Amino acid sequence: MAEPLLEVRDLKVSFRTEDGIVRAVDGISFTLDEGEVLGIVGESGSGKSVTMMTVMRLITDPNVIYQGSIIYKGRDLMGLSRDAMREVRGEEIAMIFQDPMTSLNPVYTVGWQIEEQLNEHNDLKKGQARRRAMELLAQVGIPKPEQRIDDYPHQFSGGMRQRVMIALALSCNPDLLIADEPTTALDVTIQAQILELIKNLKREFGSAVVLITHDLGVVADVADRILVMYAGRIVEEGNKEQIFYDPQHPYTWGLLGSIARLDRPRARRLTAIAGQPPSLINRPQGCSFRTRCPQAFDRCRAEDPQLTAKVGDGHLDACHLSVEDKRERRDKTINPELAETA
Amino acid sequence: MAVFEPEAEGIVFDAEETGGDIVGRSPWALAGRRLVRNKLALAALALFVLIVAVSFAAPLYSNYVADTDPFASNISGTVTLNGKTEPVLQQGGGKLGLGETPIGPTWHSKYFLGADNQGRDVAARVLYGGRASLEIGIGSALLASAIALVFALVAGFFGGWTDAIISRVMDLIWAFPLYLLAISLATVLLTAPNGLKIGFIHLSAGSLWVPLLIIGLVYVPYIYRPIRGQVLSLREKEFVEAGIAQGASNFRLIFNEVLPNVASTVIVLMPLMIATTILTESALSYLSIGVQPPQASWGTIIEDGQSLLYTRPWVAIAPGIMIVLTVLALNVLGDGLRDALDPRSKVRVKG
Amino acid sequence: MLAFIVRRLLWMALVLFAISVLVFLIFFATPGVDPARQMAGRNPSAETIKSIKHEFGLDRSLPVRYGLMMKHMFITRDLISYGSHTRVIPEITSAAPVTLSLVFGAAIIWIVFSILFGVAAAVLRGTVFDPLLMILALIGISIPVFWLGEVVNLITQSRLHDSFLFSWVPPLGYTPLTQDPFMWFKQLIFPWLTLSVLYIGFYARVLRANLIETESEDYIRTARAKGLSERRVLFRHTLRTSMITFVSLFGLDFAVLVGGGALLTEVVFGLPGVGLLTFNSLTALDLPVIMTTVIYAAFFITLASALVDLVYAWLDPRVRLA
Ligand SMILES: Nc1ncnc2c1ncn2[C@@H]1O[C@H](COP(=O)(O)OP(=O)(O)O)[C@@H](O)[C@H]1O
Ligand code: SF4
Ligand SMILES: [Mg+2]
Repeated sequence: MAEPLLEVRDLKVSFRTEDGIVRAVDGISFTLDEGEVLGIVGESGSGKSVTMMTVMRLITDPNVIYQGSIIYKGRDLMGLSRDAMREVRGEEIAMIFQDPMTSLNPVYTVGWQIEEQLNEHNDLKKGQARRRAMELLAQVGIPKPEQRIDDYPHQFSGGMRQRVMIALALSCNPDLLIADEPTTALDVTIQAQILELIKNLKREFGSAVVLITHDLGVVADVADRILVMYAGRIVEEGNKEQIFYDPQHPYTWGLLGSIARLDRPRARRLTAIAGQPPSLINRPQGCSFRTRCPQAFDRCRAEDPQLTAKVGDGHLDACHLSVEDKRERRDKTINPELAETA
Repeated sequence: MAVFEPEAEGIVFDAEETGGDIVGRSPWALAGRRLVRNKLALAALALFVLIVAVSFAAPLYSNYVADTDPFASNISGTVTLNGKTEPVLQQGGGKLGLGETPIGPTWHSKYFLGADNQGRDVAARVLYGGRASLEIGIGSALLASAIALVFALVAGFFGGWTDAIISRVMDLIWAFPLYLLAISLATVLLTAPNGLKIGFIHLSAGSLWVPLLIIGLVYVPYIYRPIRGQVLSLREKEFVEAGIAQGASNFRLIFNEVLPNVASTVIVLMPLMIATTILTESALSYLSIGVQPPQASWGTIIEDGQSLLYTRPWVAIAPGIMIVLTVLALNVLGDGLRDALDPRSKVRVKG
Repeated sequence: MLAFIVRRLLWMALVLFAISVLVFLIFFATPGVDPARQMAGRNPSAETIKSIKHEFGLDRSLPVRYGLMMKHMFITRDLISYGSHTRVIPEITSAAPVTLSLVFGAAIIWIVFSILFGVAAAVLRGTVFDPLLMILALIGISIPVFWLGEVVNLITQSRLHDSFLFSWVPPLGYTPLTQDPFMWFKQLIFPWLTLSVLYIGFYARVLRANLIETESEDYIRTARAKGLSERRVLFRHTLRTSMITFVSLFGLDFAVLVGGGALLTEVVFGLPGVGLLTFNSLTALDLPVIMTTVIYAAFFITLASALVDLVYAWLDPRVRLA
């Protein structure tokens, strides 16, 4: 495919606050092809949501400052008028959010909320919208949709509500579905069901998907390509095999090490990376990860590592270590068995 | 580069204002900084302090400036203005040219705002009335807060039945319309010929303590609710639980951990409370069931001025302006305080 | 739903009982106060006091006295004002239409303007209009209503009455709607405006705060993500949920006003409603009237607050199962 569906170029998003300017997203670029599933992974606060909310132009904070461009199907979304952007939202790009408990309006029935979306983007006759809403509810696996359609959000369980959210998002056949931590607020068993659902629907609807998560384990199965974000920047980018079998950045190693794995002894299951992410107001000089990086050396303090391809096609990382050093040290950091089973 | 949204700027990532660090600053220091930044709230504070100072200087004004006793009637008195001597109460002047009309504003030290029906200096009375209004307003707000605080600490801390009973009773009082409760209390206390005796406390019907107590009592549930909520949530807090685990007594916990924390709530509520109690006092006094003569408050002076409204409007207007200024200053200050201490206005850190 | 209604009714009964006990205690059991003398009005004769003592069982035990008070108030309804020697309850019923006229009109004005100002302030956040509107609202809630009424009277009845602006303003008073609707309106328009000022300020502030809080809810973000227009997001989502608080506050304030809470306005504008009746009995210290208006108003308000809860449950589906 010649032209990517979405291309984000050097996007910077910051917020003016009482304490200074928060650089939430600090210059990131990536592309997404039609039908592709892109995973964006990183700890909480690394700028994943801000990035994708910016793509949707959903940030309403008046203190926000943007720079960069977001090319969707050849148009720069940043330059679109409000009305033109509304056409894109919901119809071409849809988004589902982390907390299904609060993402639906509590005072309207779920049917009403899906129909509202359908009517906004289509000319539907009376009853048509309702029939379509019922179909959608059935498609996302809600039992007895003809009864549940008139229920209010609080009458659904968390997992069921997330299914309603997915039905809502898919109602206009979007070309791009952004799922922001869609399973984080759910029980482990429900998480798997929702991921499975997204995978199946992706196949059915043919949309591209951006799956945001702080847990590499979540994207392991679904994503074609993965971006690893840290402190508002991409520190590593590659396809699934590259990230899981040949991770280049020490931060990615840390994330891989903290995947919840049932085959490990309990005490070692969640080895979160020690330390705190840096201040987004006063970014430290050099590599932003150096304050927590066990591999840091002199050069990391002085020089900001650039995101470049060192090991192979489309596999980029931002770390000063040489490829040999990385490979050698990596295996000491992540358990060797991890690479085999992932 | 594309920039949109109302406040977006062409130049991004400029270096200004990047020196702040969030850690290591206490919430009170942050609040203080925000309050100082809020110039409007500071101006309101200054205005309120000025009004209090001027009102409490009322005796100085009547002794040294107006040279009059604002509580003694002066029906046959005279005043000398620019060498001319005029009676304080003049014949005629009403719509029909009947009756006596007090002298209007002279804009001089004597009878600056004119006289009332009984020939008393309105300016001096407004200052004295302000003193009474402020005393009752501040006093009843403090009283209500103190009572509410005690009940809230007890209820919120011991929980269980204690909490259930206290809270239900507060709900019941809350359900009783405030002004009806105040009217009931006031009429009964005012009709008691020998005043009210509770133990060794004796209140005569004309005492300023009567409206103060009434207003203080009726507002207790309004302060009780938010404070109890906060005490409850503080109880859940880890540090208190840790305290319990270490065997610290409830009493010590209340004083060391909970009390300082609810202090901010009470402080935030205080200006708004005083604003409310001052308005309530003026309404009760206007209805003649608040401050009783010979005492005066802004409310009673407005009532005095009602019969003179079309001839000598300043009698009623002046105390009203004082009320508006005072209450407005308190409301603005209260808003500023709340914004300053509101944790939600801090930098949002979300996942 | 049924359980909710039953629970609400039980609570209402408890509140009514508690209020009546509280009124009873205040009027009949305040230490150092002789209720018979108080009931009898100014300069009572010895017989009057004696007959009151008998009628209210003042020499008998507290529960009996409570029972007698309730009997006079609700069963025989023969409480007599010792000031005017008329029955109290018919007086209240004839004053009610005046109060209703005043409060209904004011309520319409305050709903319209507070929504207008509240929404405008929230939408214009970040411009000078928001703080400007909010300062105006603050001024509104800082003005004593009775004083505002006096200023309005001063202007419309006296100082500018002869100018073309206010020459149409009739003298203070009340004309029934059925008798002369136009006169009814002309005499009430300034009382309506005066009474609504406080509420416009208060409701505009509450609504603005609610709108801004709702604005940060996740479901508002969802509504935007659906591609809805800003107008639709505002009116169908943000405003709709913010109205829950607004409506329940409104119900209670409305009830309090109808229950006589508008007495300050009625007094300044000389409107013979329930409030003015209360005021007149206050100045005459006519306790039977005060007691009755207090109890009746309290009952009315409690009833209204129960109704408000039902409306609340209807507006907010989450409450229904709670
Ligand atoms: N409106 C805002 N004002 C100030 N800071 C913000 C705002 N929104 C997000 N941030 C900051 O931007 C950073 C990135 O946030 P986000 O993209 O939500 O992280 P995540 O990767 O967990 O989704 C965080 O540090 C957050 O505090
Ligand atoms: S550049 Fe240095 S500090 Fe940064 S990740 Fe690589 S080794 Fe660690
Ligand atoms: Mg996020």
